[in-house]
Amino acid sequence: MPLLDVRNLRVEFPTRRGTLVAVDDVSFGIEPGEVLGVVGESGAGKSITGAAIIRLIEPPGRIAGGEVWLDGRRIDTLPPERMRNVRGREIGAIFQDPLTTLNPLYTIGRQLAETMRVHLGLGAKEARARAIRWLEEVGIPAAAERIDAYPHQFSGGMRQRVVIALALCAEPKLVIADEPTTALDVSIQAQVVALLKRLCRDHGTAVMLITHDMGVIAETADRVAVMYAGRIAEIGPVREVVKRPRHPYTEGLMGSIPPLSRRVRRLAQIEGAMPRLTDIPRGCAFNPRCLRAFDRCRRDRPELMATDGPNRAACWLHDPSSRDLARGYAA
Amino acid sequence: MPPDGARSLVTEALVEVEDLAREFDISRPWLFRVLNGEPRRIVHAVAGVSFTIPRGTTLSLVGESGCGKTTVARLVVGLYRPTRGRIRFDGVDLTALAANDAARAIRRRIAMIFQDPYASLNPRWRVRDIVAEPLRAFRVLEDERAVAERVAALLGHVGLSPKDGEKFPHEFSGGQRQRISIARALSATPDFLVCDEPTSALDVSVQAQILNLMKDLQEELSLTYLFISHNLAVVRHMSDRIGVMYLGRMVEVAPTDALFEAPRHPYTRMLLDAIPDLEMTGRRRSPVGGEVPSPIAPPPGCAFHPRCPFANARCRSEVPRLRAEGDALVACHAVEEGRDAA
Repeated sequence: MPLLDVRNLRVEFPTRRGTLVAVDDVSFGIEPGEVLGVVGESGAGKSITGAAIIRLIEPPGRIAGGEVWLDGRRIDTLPPERMRNVRGREIGAIFQDPLTTLNPLYTIGRQLAETMRVHLGLGAKEARARAIRWLEEVGIPAAAERIDAYPHQFSGGMRQRVVIALALCAEPKLVIADEPTTALDVSIQAQVVALLKRLCRDHGTAVMLITHDMGVIAETADRVAVMYAGRIAEIGPVREVVKRPRHPYTEGLMGSIPPLSRRVRRLAQIEGAMPRLTDIPRGCAFNPRCLRAFDRCRRDRPELMATDGPNRAACWLHDPSSRDLARGYAA
Repeated sequence: MPPDGARSLVTEALVEVEDLAREFDISRPWLFRVLNGEPRRIVHAVAGVSFTIPRGTTLSLVGESGCGKTTVARLVVGLYRPTRGRIRFDGVDLTALAANDAARAIRRRIAMIFQDPYASLNPRWRVRDIVAEPLRAFRVLEDERAVAERVAALLGHVGLSPKDGEKFPHEFSGGQRQRISIARALSATPDFLVCDEPTSALDVSVQAQILNLMKDLQEELSLTYLFISHNLAVVRHMSDRIGVMYLGRMVEVAPTDALFEAPRHPYTRMLLDAIPDLEMTGRRRSPVGGEVPSPIAPPPGCAFHPRCPFANARCRSEVPRLRAEGDALVACHAVEEGRDAA
């Protein structure tokens, strides 16, 4: 049984000009201890999917359909106060900007200790001792002295380490990390990714890692879901998605990343841009930019379907009825 | 570059920067300083940087936040005045230019593309006026009909429609806005473009479109680029030569392939090692320690010594100078003394 099971999730934003569907019929699971990467360009719906799971969607946005199950229990219907217990205790969250997570008025130690007192029922002394241990574990030098410092006294990289400690200290089963390293410099980013990976492995925590950076996903995730215009375009083992993408969008995305190990004359480019949520094309949302689109792509919307590999892709090329086209594709 | 080859390179260089430095005074107000006995505080954003860019090629500057790469870009186009040093463009010293017609003729040949396409286009101007601004400012074309024709041609050139000239910036996506920025930069037919993180605000698929466009334009118009980026993969794709900066200083300058295949400076090696590996070669990365120190009080000697595995007493006291090492220029005592074996 998967630890997290998201079924047909739909998130809408009512606006004056009609309802925008930011997340449209998204289903996926995360196994205990697994790292699922969620990748996509701005507006693909990856952050909103993460926020919907922990019910942190800003109104007027709302979950308009689907179910979210955690550890065999449905959590999308829980009343708000029960949900507050799920957040923090069962699902930890790490966001891009550590300053939005940390309270500037409280010391780091107080924030860590309070989290553990509320969620784990620890006494003040025990909570403080554990807070110091957590700071040591995330690599804060002189943790015993720095525990009484305020967030502004830390550098960006150090703050993100504190946020990781805060997300993990209540020993959740799942952490949702939304662009945890995007605001950091590349050398600090490598440190933070390595830290997150090590801690989650040691503690058996599953991770939903949301990022636009395919490199971070390739190094960290077990499986990856590629999102486009509010839907999952392709999902599968990370190596397979990176090396042999089955969806033309994933293929274009991979081709447009400049390679580090060699020089190419030109980057493969996908023409155009992702559609706005106000005018998502009929059929497959990618069809106007897709070089392999055929009639059916402009008419019917593809669901995730089996391919010739372990990945599933929402692309008609993999439908048995269009196998001839698919054969050309796999070659 | 061998020292005796330097002379021939200088003659074909379009841009020569020599010992460029810029300090910023971030002291508190005078009265506050007097009452609290505080000294002045100076940030040495750029502390003596030299490089040359041969005509028609791309030099990229890379480094982490605070290394001074954007300040160099702004000094080169004249948005900041240097505290010290010289910038020569096609033989003319830009730091000594008076505000006259000759200066205007030189400035016309230098243009800039900024990082944020949302902040760099005036939201109240139509695109055609944004693109025509350099034409009017430098009085390249006097006849408004000719201006309109040139704007239409420029928009077509960067992959927009001439009709887009009637629209306002908010009607465009980030990638299209960056195309407008490029059209504006090219409108007065410059031969040198300074590009400060031109694709950092864009999604990867749009980034690929813009990078391809910039390469095509460079070839077609034989442009010279100074390209600023923190993204090493982008830099590898775009550059002929790369300069790596750390805390206001150049630590290594090398031809692109040499830099990636055989990085010399310990900081360059660390930076390359830190990039996530998309090719999934399963290479083991050595963990990188420490953070970039504050540029207000940089460490003495080599600024990288607190993070460097090869640092010794000399590194802690003496600032290393750029020295030729094969094809590259490297500022490192350890490399010079051959004690940089990993």
